Amino acid sequence: MKLGRSVSIIGLALVPLGCAIAPSNDQIASQATAMLQASFKATGQAGLDRLNQDETQRVCSELAPGKAPAKEVAEKIEKLNLATIRYPADGKLLGDWKNGEKIAQEGRGKQFSDDVAGPVGANCYACHQLTPQELSFGTIGPSLYQFAKLRGYGADTQRYAYGKIFNADAFAACSTMPRFGHNQILTEQQIKDVTALLMDPQSPVNK
Amino acid sequence: MPDSSRRGSWLVALLTVVAIPSVLAQGSTVDEIAKYRAALQDGNPAELWEARGEELWKQKRGARRISLEQCDLGLGAGVVKGAYARLPRYFADADRVMDLETRLVWCMVAQQGYTEADAKKSPFGNGNARKSDIEALVAYITSESRGVPMNVSLAHPKEAAMYRIGEKMFYFRGGPHDFGCVTCHGEDGKRIRLQDLPNLTKVEGAQKAYTTWPAYRVSQGELRTFQWRLYDCFRQQRFPELLYGSDASIALTMFLARNANGAAFDAPAIKR
Repeated sequence: MKLGRSVSIIGLALVPLGCAIAPSNDQIASQATAMLQASFKATGQAGLDRLNQDETQRVCSELAPGKAPAKEVAEKIEKLNLATIRYPADGKLLGDWKNGEKIAQEGRGKQFSDDVAGPVGANCYACHQLTPQELSFGTIGPSLYQFAKLRGYGADTQRYAYGKIFNADAFAACSTMPRFGHNQILTEQQIKDVTALLMDPQSPVNK
Repeated sequence: MPDSSRRGSWLVALLTVVAIPSVLAQGSTVDEIAKYRAALQDGNPAELWEARGEELWKQKRGARRISLEQCDLGLGAGVVKGAYARLPRYFADADRVMDLETRLVWCMVAQQGYTEADAKKSPFGNGNARKSDIEALVAYITSESRGVPMNVSLAHPKEAAMYRIGEKMFYFRGGPHDFGCVTCHGEDGKRIRLQDLPNLTKVEGAQKAYTTWPAYRVSQGELRTFQWRLYDCFRQQRFPELLYGSDASIALTMFLARNANGAAFDAPAIKR
């Protein structure tokens, strides 16, 4: 068959040409996903399900370094995450700032090498300055020294601080900060304690 | 071998230098750490790993009792000089892109007759309790690229694909903390606590970081390889456990090594 032969000739001609064409971005992305799944093993509390991204993670993984998402994308992500925030039923947002300081110092928790029954911290000092006494602080996040002294001690600021710790992406899409409440890293009481570290007038953060 | 108690007291003395300025201002702390890092450069115990690695490279080992001098690291069988500066690369005999460590495991299995399980049994040493042969071999082989400009090729389609996959993975955010490599290594001048973080999205950052691994880690008393570097980053990212020599580890290594092209390789280094 004349037609059939010409089709097969075209087919043969396309094979080497196809090899020379670089894979598309989508092809590379799906290869990366499959490769990640094959490159890790579940250990301790860290299962392979941790490689499954939610929508926020998927969208935020597409960003160029140091770039914020486009306005419409950011609004969508923030709305999605704002809806996850659960404020305490008792209405009290401030716990004990001294416990909050311990949680801010604690770097353990959720690693495959961590004891499941062991402490889980927020490791705030890894990225933020907080109390002036602690000089070993990181700079990935902004300084939080004098957090409430500068912003006021009122109910709105308390709500913002609690909500930001619960789910940072509700206020800044694709934040580098973990979503401590949404992803169940910290308990409600722990979030109250860290909120107190930022908001309590007696906290060294506000001295 | 260094006397471990002597090494311990030396470490305590140096750590005290860091601890004392806790009453001083932040700027002084950073200065003191800079002094500490400078002091470290005086002597590097990595040389002990390099010497042991050279012996292991030349010894007849494995079920077939042959040395790794049969192993082709990309520049021909037994050629060590400059080989690391061109890795990772595609190896036709394995039909796979490999970094140094996967290549060593491949040679140990295919040539020396080790089982894969045995070859990968102890990739990371644990102080004096358990020494890693691979860490020693890596120390030796990488030391033979010191001063050689990084020159990683993407000419083979599998090399080019690995680079692009590695780049995707660098930006992949996941796990309970939403962390990806980019979270800590995407901006200039950032720190975790007092530890400076290289910006690996820029050529200068990738060059400075990649050319100074492997490194003797003072805090661990061990020489650590690039596979270890990735393994422990992912642990802290709260990801599951990275498999030794996995394709993801090679893809990320390819992304970073290629970005370091042009810079003179300068390791084994010494780091805190």
